Amino acid sequence: MRFALGPLLLALASLPALGLRLATTTSVYDSGLLDRLLPAFEGAMGVRVEVLAVGTGQALRLAERKDVDAVLVHAPDLEGEALKRGLIAQPLCLAQNSFLLVGPKRDPARVREAGDVREALRRIARARAPFVSRGDRSGTHLKELELWRKAGLTPQGGFYLESGAGMGQTLVLAAEKGAYTLSDLATYLTVGRKRGLEALYRREDPLLLNQYTYYLVPRGAKAEEAEALRRFLAREEAARLVEGLRVEGIPLFMPLRGRCIIPRGGGR
Amino acid sequence: MEAAELVEISLRSLWVAGFATLVAALPAVPLGLWLASIGSGGIFGRILLYAGLALPSVVVGLFFYLLLSRSGPLGSLGLLYTPYAMVLAEAVLAFPLIAAFVLSGARGRVEEVRLLVRSLGGQEGQVLPTLFWESRRTLVAALAAGFGGAISEVGAATLVGGDIRHHTRVLTTAIVVETRKGELESALALGMVLLGVALLVTALLVILERE
Repeated sequence: MRFALGPLLLALASLPALGLRLATTTSVYDSGLLDRLLPAFEGAMGVRVEVLAVGTGQALRLAERKDVDAVLVHAPDLEGEALKRGLIAQPLCLAQNSFLLVGPKRDPARVREAGDVREALRRIARARAPFVSRGDRSGTHLKELELWRKAGLTPQGGFYLESGAGMGQTLVLAAEKGAYTLSDLATYLTVGRKRGLEALYRREDPLLLNQYTYYLVPRGAKAEEAEALRRFLAREEAARLVEGLRVEGIPLFMPLRGRCIIPRGGGR
Repeated sequence: MEAAELVEISLRSLWVAGFATLVAALPAVPLGLWLASIGSGGIFGRILLYAGLALPSVVVGLFFYLLLSRSGPLGSLGLLYTPYAMVLAEAVLAFPLIAAFVLSGARGRVEEVRLLVRSLGGQEGQVLPTLFWESRRTLVAALAAGFGGAISEVGAATLVGGDIRHHTRVLTTAIVVETRKGELESALALGMVLLGVALLVTALLVILERE
């Protein structure tokens, strides 16, 4: 009994020290971006940040229920809708990189030869080569669905696998199955490449742009702290931290310094 | 993962599971003994209890999520995504385990204990305390089962804890994160620690029971 008392008291003592809650996507978290940004912010402002790594869809649901104070997400269409409904506010464009199609080295659908990303998807569907979808309403999943739509296809059947998991796990699954998948650059470099997947379609293409935006949740419990984090992320120091994150010399994100196209329904 | 963080995560796992076991045991042990003492009259209670063993942890997690969410009925307590929410969910899951263990252990001894109490001139009210004392060995197994269920819990722990680093990350949720990141070696190492912790606590309980 006495043994249990110590940790118990310790736990009770830590109750009021709740920090700012930030819901974000697995890609931002797993790539280590927040591990660079947040300690600098916490050191400067003395505010603790608690990160929930979920998909964009879930992050916005958490914002709707007021269970988080801020979100960092990457699905412009969903964000625009949430902005219109007043679930999130004050967008700050933080960083961008691009999506890419990854797959097995032998490339059975010959995606490498595709002229654009829509054709690449058509080749995969035509070859009925296995393709792993996130299937979790994350930013990446929504982008993938948009790309299929633009390719004029509704993927279904045995070749189309839904993982229902985060990006890292989806890449591991794709590697195991010898399948293609759509990935963000950061998670591909940190996870996918190690598993032997190759970037098969990777070109400058506005369709593949992947933009991360920070929003406040209006009337959140820690509105002041969320605002402080917004100011910190808008600083040049934060932009440098974003720029400096590299894997084997390749930058994972490009800082946006607050400048980008705010999703429609937006405006300040 | 650094050693300091590993220690932190392991200690948090220990206290969340330990606290949950305690919270569950306080009502579960008397319930198990009582159900044992009323014999076949407690058939409904027994059915419910054994059904509780099949309680899916994600359903419990979802239930507590809705209850504790800021838009939920208990949202003002601010418990969601804290270790306390994990304690609550794990306690609910450990409760039927502990009660069922106590019940099945005590059932066989009820008549013997009742005779003993009567022959010593005691009242019916003294049956339960005596039964408790006579079943203390079973109690250890019950606590070990409850603790084992709590510390290996991942579904409910993720839903109500949120796997926040330095705050609600425990061994099981850390294993999920490392696996998601493809850091399979780290995940495996964490799994070994989890097994080690479970083994250690169970060994401690068994040693305590022996004397």
